[in-house]
Amino acid sequence: MNSPTATVPAQTRDFRGAGFDFASFLFTGLTGLATWLILAILAVILLNILVNGWEGLSWHFVSTIPKKDFFEPETTGVLPMIVGTTIRVFVMTLFVLPVGVITAIYLSEYAAPLSPITRFIRAAVNNLAGVPSIVFGLFGVGFFINFVGKGLDALLPGAGSNWSHPSLIWASLTLAVMTLPVVIVATEESLRAIPPGLREASLALGATQLETVWKIVLPQALPGIMTGGILAVSRAAGEVAPILFTGVAYYMASLPQKLTDQFMDLGYHVYVLSTQSPNIEKTRPILYATVLVLLLLTFALNFLAILIRARMRKKLRALT
Amino acid sequence: MGDLRNDSARRTAGWMGIQRGHHARPLEWLTERLIFAVSLSTILVVFLIFLFVVREALPIFRGQMDSAAIQKTIPPADLDKLSPKELGQYLGLTGKQLAEMDRETLLALMEVRLEAQNEVPTDIRTDKDARVNTTEWRYLVLPHQWTGYDKAEFIWQPIGQIKKYNLVPLVVGSLKVTLVGLCFAVPLAVAAAIYVSQLVSPRWKEWIKPGIELLSSVPSVVMGTFGLLVLAPVLKKAFGYEVPLNAFVAGIALGLTAIPLVFSIAEDALTSVPRSYIQAALALGASKWQTAWQIVLPAATPGVFAAVVLGFGRTIGETMVVLIASGNASILSWSIFDSARSITATIAAEMAETVAGGHHYRILFMLGSVLFAVTFISNLIGDVVIHRLKGKLEGKRG
Repeated sequence: MNSPTATVPAQTRDFRGAGFDFASFLFTGLTGLATWLILAILAVILLNILVNGWEGLSWHFVSTIPKKDFFEPETTGVLPMIVGTTIRVFVMTLFVLPVGVITAIYLSEYAAPLSPITRFIRAAVNNLAGVPSIVFGLFGVGFFINFVGKGLDALLPGAGSNWSHPSLIWASLTLAVMTLPVVIVATEESLRAIPPGLREASLALGATQLETVWKIVLPQALPGIMTGGILAVSRAAGEVAPILFTGVAYYMASLPQKLTDQFMDLGYHVYVLSTQSPNIEKTRPILYATVLVLLLLTFALNFLAILIRARMRKKLRALT
Repeated sequence: MGDLRNDSARRTAGWMGIQRGHHARPLEWLTERLIFAVSLSTILVVFLIFLFVVREALPIFRGQMDSAAIQKTIPPADLDKLSPKELGQYLGLTGKQLAEMDRETLLALMEVRLEAQNEVPTDIRTDKDARVNTTEWRYLVLPHQWTGYDKAEFIWQPIGQIKKYNLVPLVVGSLKVTLVGLCFAVPLAVAAAIYVSQLVSPRWKEWIKPGIELLSSVPSVVMGTFGLLVLAPVLKKAFGYEVPLNAFVAGIALGLTAIPLVFSIAEDALTSVPRSYIQAALALGASKWQTAWQIVLPAATPGVFAAVVLGFGRTIGETMVVLIASGNASILSWSIFDSARSITATIAAEMAETVAGGHHYRILFMLGSVLFAVTFISNLIGDVVIHRLKGKLEGKRG
């Protein structure tokens, strides 16, 4: 089945398109049109948000803790949401990076490519990437809050033991589980891009495999690992569904103090503003401004990841 | 390279690393075991997701929940006549919880239970549906003529005294929105994939590809808001339908979130068609378009199919777009210009109102496990198809 003739059914094809070929012109134009349409829609989305969001954006807006009624355009602010989103994403990174990087090291440096266990791990990574985000939310409730949280409450009795409730830590862990495949895939890609000659040289000099991984492979892969982390962060920063029942709060008067507190969140705030506003016309500027803050956060991170990756590729090209 | 790696892998084998090269290195041996153990966590996580989402839904699957508005009551005086098992069942307690409670608490609980039943309004009391356990499968999937309705209907209405949990409106809502999304996204994304991988010059490709992939970094909650603020009024004006927020608007916004995924997988599959195919066709005098349409696309068809299947999995599991832009009315309607409510949006919107462990809560977890199963299967199909295609196009590389 490997020969080209087997893939393309044997039949006579008439390729004598002499002169101007109308069909070619038409279909090239159509597919090109589709491509530019997608890019145009993207441009419309970004411009629309940028133009409309810019008006509502001010230093006061991003540095104010709003009072109970955050639908008032003059007095509202998004500081607790920015803080909440940042903390939940940061805590998530602490969990997801080590596990994801170690798994990628195993897959790229140790695993025999065809063994059943490797295939199982790869299948699990692929499947994890496709699980709907709302199912992660349910998992967070069923596992972290109702199982781990209840277990912790039983283990650590006493005042202040309040683990079996939605909180920052459970939301972060749920997101960590969700972004695990992002980190694994990005890290493994960067590990595979390292020339095998480097490893061979290290092994030939008498280094053990672990020494090679630790001192030769990992430093080279660092930009790739950072990219993976940034991609995971930017994906998680915009996700709302997994944190809906695992930690987000509609309103909190103060910033979260400890990991068992609930928190306010930018993405969730966008949802609240767009669906529960008493007067959508009046709150439109703050809705747009909040969306802009969220987009700036995720796009800045994505842009950083793209830059690091480009630099890494250039460096590797110089090496090989 | 492969041989070398196998060699070194063999070197690490052996108990505690004693057979490794020159010195025994138990610490390294231990670290490497640890790396392996951590890498198993992905398998564990998938297993745990399945286990804990299904666990919460299990009483529904096994028919152990009873959501009837009127239930059999037992006067508190009869406490001693009941066996612990019957009592546990009646009060909804596990054996352990039961053992921890004293007689007074149990009596109080039975009293509360009786009072709650006495407070059921009389018009409900005479309703024939009040004694119906609405979590039974026939009420979940088949139409039923509820009191006040002219004919048998599919109703999702988890509020009020008689809770109606028919799943059909939600499934139809999900499929409707997903179908609109895919019909919008797939032609655009596949056409763009053909254009970018085969027809455009490499210089442009470097700019277009990241551009389309940038679309995937727009969070779904933002895409939903865009649907609500921009798409809804524009599409309403263009098509002149009645309901401003409907399956059509949500589907288009959903399609926008699916385009980058479908595009990258299809583009990847088209690019992995060997250059020799393309060069052979061009050498025979075919135009670029003829090569793309008659040689490359047929060779990569399974990859395009996989892109559609994976796109389906992504689209049907998307929550925030549908929650914001679809209108969320849980009525059964096949028209795409009617408001629709998807499975995901239902879980997201109603979970906060449920009592943990109650029937509504468990029904939502059941919906979640169904969703998990559907996406699991579509992911599996997509992955297997891509794997086979790559094996075929790149030779047997594994």
